[in-house]
Amino acid sequence: MSAVSSQGTLGVYDALDSTTATIERLRAAGMKRITVFSPLPSHELEHALHAGESPVRMFTLVGALTGAATGFAFPTWASMDWPLVTGGKPIISGPAWVIIAFELTILFGALSTVAGLFINARLPQRRVMQVYDPSFSSDRFGILVMPPSGREAEVRDIMRDNGAAEIREQVQEVKVGDL
Amino acid sequence: MATVIRSETHPDVSEYGEVNRDVLSLLGKPGRSYYILLAIVLVVLAIGAFAWFTQVVLGIGMSGLITPVSWGAYITTFVFWVGIAHSGTLISAVLFLFRARWRQSIYRAAEAMTVFAVMTAGLFPIIHLGRPWVFYYLLPYPSQRQIWPNFRSPLLWDVFAVGTYLTVSATFFLLGMIPDIAAARDGTTVPWRKKLYTVMSFGWRGTANEWRHFSKAYLYLAALATPLVLSVHSVVSWDFAMSIVPGWHTTIFAPYFVAGAIFSGLAMVITIIVPIRKIFKLEAYFTPRHFDAMAKMVLVTGMVVFYAYLTEFFMAWYSFETPEREIFVWRLTGDYWWATWIMLTCNGIIPMLLWSRKVRVSIPALFTITIFVNIGMWFERFVIIVTSLAHEYEPWQWRNYQPSWVEMAIVAGSFAWFAMWFLLFLRVLPAVSIAELKEVLPAPLRRHGRAGVAESHGRIGPAEGK
Repeated sequence: MSAVSSQGTLGVYDALDSTTATIERLRAAGMKRITVFSPLPSHELEHALHAGESPVRMFTLVGALTGAATGFAFPTWASMDWPLVTGGKPIISGPAWVIIAFELTILFGALSTVAGLFINARLPQRRVMQVYDPSFSSDRFGILVMPPSGREAEVRDIMRDNGAAEIREQVQEVKVGDL
Repeated sequence: MATVIRSETHPDVSEYGEVNRDVLSLLGKPGRSYYILLAIVLVVLAIGAFAWFTQVVLGIGMSGLITPVSWGAYITTFVFWVGIAHSGTLISAVLFLFRARWRQSIYRAAEAMTVFAVMTAGLFPIIHLGRPWVFYYLLPYPSQRQIWPNFRSPLLWDVFAVGTYLTVSATFFLLGMIPDIAAARDGTTVPWRKKLYTVMSFGWRGTANEWRHFSKAYLYLAALATPLVLSVHSVVSWDFAMSIVPGWHTTIFAPYFVAGAIFSGLAMVITIIVPIRKIFKLEAYFTPRHFDAMAKMVLVTGMVVFYAYLTEFFMAWYSFETPEREIFVWRLTGDYWWATWIMLTCNGIIPMLLWSRKVRVSIPALFTITIFVNIGMWFERFVIIVTSLAHEYEPWQWRNYQPSWVEMAIVAGSFAWFAMWFLLFLRVLPAVSIAELKEVLPAPLRRHGRAGVAESHGRIGPAEGK
């Protein structure tokens, strides 16, 4: 598979603290668009990146409320469509609808949470050319920066001074599954 | 280095790379015992499939179902498998929300168990239909006469509950696995695996942005799955409790079924994990601490279940309802006394051994006890369903039920069906969570003077004596 080279600089790290230190230094130097790779979710990294609250929660809420509304509206509409008394119960049996609404709240909430994840995390991305290294799913951390022209050396120095195990410039882009 | 920082839960695992190597090595060449086991499972499954084929061709009369016992081994087994499914979600979601630190290594296997158990359970209402090809009558759609199904019926609630449970537990399972499948993708060189994992990992790269949304999505899914666990078996219990059959019509059924489900599911997790740990040499990941914690939960839920049994008897006596009293006396002393006593012994008395710590950390003892619990929980559903129906309403129509060979073969086949999926899962997908195990390992740090970074979120501390 042909590889495309990007303008980015990729620092590969063995340790979490060197990674966070580098992020903080890069941010202090005014670098934008820092992509961090890690083998596990990490509060330290999130903290260093000053990441905001994930909007996935809005997806969950809207999905769950839609489910609840559907759970009441759908049996009501379907029962009115052909009113047929069963068991001497009212046509619109609120307490029975609660159970259906409960289940649909969870079903819709869960599915829209998944949609929220995929939309916000920009997944799936398996056909796109990207910067990646297979060791990021095992035991190494990575920081990818697109340095403004003329500041490549500065980025390299920050990475080296903060303990990068490896620094790659003009790093190659690949399709993730091809590695 | 003066001190080596060790994980409290996994002291024998020291670094991130080791987790990947150990977990992904499960996907390598399987031993001969694996293929022998798979062959046995497939033979039993074939027998079950043949039995079902016989029933489809010759009719539901091939089962032992008679009036008034029109629910027998199939519905018993349906409830059994739905119950088994519960602890997977419990371990995964509830223990996640409570930040239980022993959850990481076992939850993936438990979630897989949930998905496969629901897949097994879902077959039984369809097998139980004399004409399985019209299963779509169950779904909420207007029939050819424009009549919708009865939304007041617990059987329709079941469709919503079990359908939601299958969808949500499968989603939770597959979504939670994305980072680990990405790790498997990066670690494998086998072409078909590479392709499969590439598709299933959706191009996951482990960027901070991906993790940020992933962690939140996982949290909300866990928060949604928790009430779902409680609701599904409650709804299943209402299949019984909403009727006026003696022995079924009680308000205790929902909590009683939920406790029983968690009890049986936890027991099944132990039953499954013991051989996996042995065959794949995962002693460093499934430590006595894990078994101890699970055994304690088996004990607690077992006591809730036993208490519910006693409450049922008490309520029958205290209600002064003759049919209700009759059915409970008959359960203990009538034609099905053996089933009742198997249930009481396996679920009420044998788990009391778990009060002893020695028993809780002894793997063979725990394995044996959980097998008894599994048997006992199947009989619990059998007792509830069959004894109540056999003595339903008018005494002149009382009749006893005997499962036929077809039913027994299908029930055995269901275990094989479940085991087949589980065995295939072990070969194809990472059976232990790679990313989450790393969360309970000490973070790799350049300077040990800055270990505070790792300790700041209270997960990792040096273990004594290491």
